[in-house]
Amino acid sequence: MSTQEVTGHGLRVDGLGRRKAVNRLMESLAWVAALIAIAILGVVVFSVARRGLPALNLDLLTKDPIPFSLTNQPQGLANAFVGTIVIVSLATLMALPVGILVAIYLNEFAPAPIRNGVTMILDILNGVPAIVIGIFVFGLFVVGHGQSGWAGAFALACLMLPLVSRSTMEILALVPNSLREASLGLGVARWRTTLSIVLPQSVGGILTGTVLAIARVAGETAPLLFVSSFVGTKTSWNPLHALQSVPVAIFELSESPDPADHARAWAAAFVLLMFILLASLGARWLATRNRRKMMGR
Amino acid sequence: MTSAELTADAARRPFTGRRVQWGDLILQVVAGGAALGVTVLVGLIIWKVVEGARLSIQTYGLGFIFRVAWNPVLGHELYGAGSFIFGTAVTSFFALLLAAPISMGIALYLTELAPAVIRGPVTALVETLAAIPSVVLGLWGILVLGPALRTTIQPWLHDGLGFIPLFGPPSSSGASIFTAIIILAIMILPIVSSISRELFLGVPSELKEGAYGLGVTRWEVVRGVMFPYASGGIAAALILGLGRALGEAIAVTQVIGGGVFIHWNLFSGGDTLASKIAASYQGSTTKLQTASLIYLGLILLVFSLIVNLLAQWIVRRSARKHGIVRGGHA
Amino acid sequence: MEGAEEMSTTIEPTVRVETRRQPMPPRERLEQIFDIQHLDAIYGGKPAVKDVTMEVYKHLVTAIIGPSGCGKSTFIRCLNRMNDLIPSFTQTGTIRYHGTDICRSDIDAVAVRRNIGMVFQRPNPFPKSIHDNVAWGMKVLGIKDNVNERIERALTQAALWDEVKDRLKASALSLSGGQQQRLCIARAIAVEPDVVLMDEPASALDPIATQAIEELMHNLKSEYTFVIVTHNMQQAARVADMTAFFSISHGGEGQRWGELVEYDATEKIFTAPSDKRTEDYVTGRFG
Repeated sequence: MSTQEVTGHGLRVDGLGRRKAVNRLMESLAWVAALIAIAILGVVVFSVARRGLPALNLDLLTKDPIPFSLTNQPQGLANAFVGTIVIVSLATLMALPVGILVAIYLNEFAPAPIRNGVTMILDILNGVPAIVIGIFVFGLFVVGHGQSGWAGAFALACLMLPLVSRSTMEILALVPNSLREASLGLGVARWRTTLSIVLPQSVGGILTGTVLAIARVAGETAPLLFVSSFVGTKTSWNPLHALQSVPVAIFELSESPDPADHARAWAAAFVLLMFILLASLGARWLATRNRRKMMGR
Repeated sequence: MTSAELTADAARRPFTGRRVQWGDLILQVVAGGAALGVTVLVGLIIWKVVEGARLSIQTYGLGFIFRVAWNPVLGHELYGAGSFIFGTAVTSFFALLLAAPISMGIALYLTELAPAVIRGPVTALVETLAAIPSVVLGLWGILVLGPALRTTIQPWLHDGLGFIPLFGPPSSSGASIFTAIIILAIMILPIVSSISRELFLGVPSELKEGAYGLGVTRWEVVRGVMFPYASGGIAAALILGLGRALGEAIAVTQVIGGGVFIHWNLFSGGDTLASKIAASYQGSTTKLQTASLIYLGLILLVFSLIVNLLAQWIVRRSARKHGIVRGGHA
Repeated sequence: MEGAEEMSTTIEPTVRVETRRQPMPPRERLEQIFDIQHLDAIYGGKPAVKDVTMEVYKHLVTAIIGPSGCGKSTFIRCLNRMNDLIPSFTQTGTIRYHGTDICRSDIDAVAVRRNIGMVFQRPNPFPKSIHDNVAWGMKVLGIKDNVNERIERALTQAALWDEVKDRLKASALSLSGGQQQRLCIARAIAVEPDVVLMDEPASALDPIATQAIEELMHNLKSEYTFVIVTHNMQQAARVADMTAFFSISHGGEGQRWGELVEYDATEKIFTAPSDKRTEDYVTGRFG
């Protein structure tokens, strides 16, 4: 090694060889770790695509399931796709305003102890396992009344709320105080300042946070399991009854022994995965664009 | 808070129309009500879960926690959480053990080693791993990973290390605690690595330069300066990863195989608190069984709360130590 | 007499400082430790320093002075390959250390830094105890014998021992700025390098702490070689045996880079500089 040839002159060695070898080993391990993560992602996405694409056809999206079908009649998971659209939309309608209001209160009005306390509560809510949320909503709405799409939406809204709140709070905090002061200095009231000046500045960030929250709950199964799962096979848009959802459908199909069911599960998983990945990428792109806009101001 | 000072200032201003003050009041009440509502919600969750479990709590008391039994047969009903607490502990512990070094490696690679151009894309890819819904991962687990493990790794480990009770006879179906551990590790990976990555990025470069200046290798800088500096945050990251593993019901129930016993063979089936609830809820026949399942949920909730609060405490403490205020991240 | 004023070849020494500097041995007896030839340092395509050629001598204190932006820090960081840590950095030219060009890509920077240590502008002690700050380097580099004695010696040489000997286990961050900097110096000399590079070591410190560090360099000169960057001319005049003056040159398209203007015994630089730019700088006419 080049260091050895100058021993005795200038550059000492001090067991450098062994230390360099350890260093090289650790660097390789780090590199391997990153490779593992990418490989896992690749394998999973590839598996889903490989098994899902062949079974992906228009029938899947438009036809209802036919239970115990002995013939190869065309069937699909239309009820699940429709159900997911309904439930997730309703959940967003519930969680978004409440989440924004909480963020507004905490960032614009609340004194520090209340802000810290409620933030802690939001973190706690975020940490409640989805299945426990399912149990909660079951006890709250399903017992005595039966399952419904509304109850499912409420369960998903509970999961979305902390996500929407936190990202809105971060965005609100980024709006410079000088903007608020300028408005108040003109004699504009607090509420108007918040709604007409601060909020419009934050729309981009709120949108990003919402898209991310939607991507997260679209794939949630556990909260819906006891709350909106006893479903018929006919597609329904009515949330007063239990509605099927894509994740629950995948879950049920995955437990079945029938390979045809598995094929449909893969196809549905593919659609779900693509939707979530596109939504996440879209949110990331939105966030970058927003950041640039904020910096430019 | 400056905003509050602004409010006080605005209040002292000479003339404001009465209508305008109503607006302020309404907004504050509504928004504050939302915040109150969130607090009430959390309280409601705890209450409803306790209430749902009440029958089982009254029947079994705290002994439920230690009993290893789950017999729904009418006339001989007996329920206990012991087996599932054990399953939760084993799966979470080993998943964390598996995921932690890989996550650290990824974080180090992304902050210290990767060429600048691929840092962004690789980071995005690792975070995408977190976006995969658990039911999809579980589907992959039961139909692809499980069978693959059953024919390759499991026999290999059993043949080579079978004297260790962990590696007993391979399962017949691919569904096993071992498969669940791998799936959980995959779920923990992106969480721990993304938090660790931010922690490593936060190590001040002067500190690293001070170490390099002594003539030490990169790994020695990582081990001697970066890890100690980031240690608090890494602990929090691991705990958050643990919380993720504890609460995962769907993917685990898809791949774990089911079973009510305590033993060490990772290749057999079992259940965790969350997976048992997911598996048995729909088929629950009696009120006592349902209440017992909810009791399991209550235990799970308590564990999750402890983990969550612990992580928050660690984050607050290490933020104080480093003099930075960072928003806690779940 | 008319016309007999300007064209002064001797300049009033405007920089009068107390110095304990001994007169230097004659040039022939000086041992060369660095031989720098035509060094260019480039950040992201833009040159920071161009065409530096000079020799650094053993057991002397060599100061690098010049206005801000003239590349002093960049230059000194070349001497121990510290700029390798910056991705957009490249350099051309040679730096011979004991005859070996340390800029060659097959020379490991780790080995270079083992021999050529560095103290930075702002104190950067590790978030460890005082004891561990000094001990860590030795532990990693494999110095296992008499660790505690070595720690005491390093802290004593850094003029810190008396202040910390009773609280070695305390966190290094509990020390004052001046103490932290002396701890960083102790940390650097504990591993017994050959050369100690100092990049404006006292710029963040008060005058008393500064004086302590200058004392230290004077006392340790016989064991180490010091190269110090300083923006404080009086400091250079106080401690340095040799002084190199860098200045900023301008080129087309608004380009700026640093160049070595003059390098000589400190006495000469401050009393009879050869280059007008040097004279302007040391007499305070600019910079």
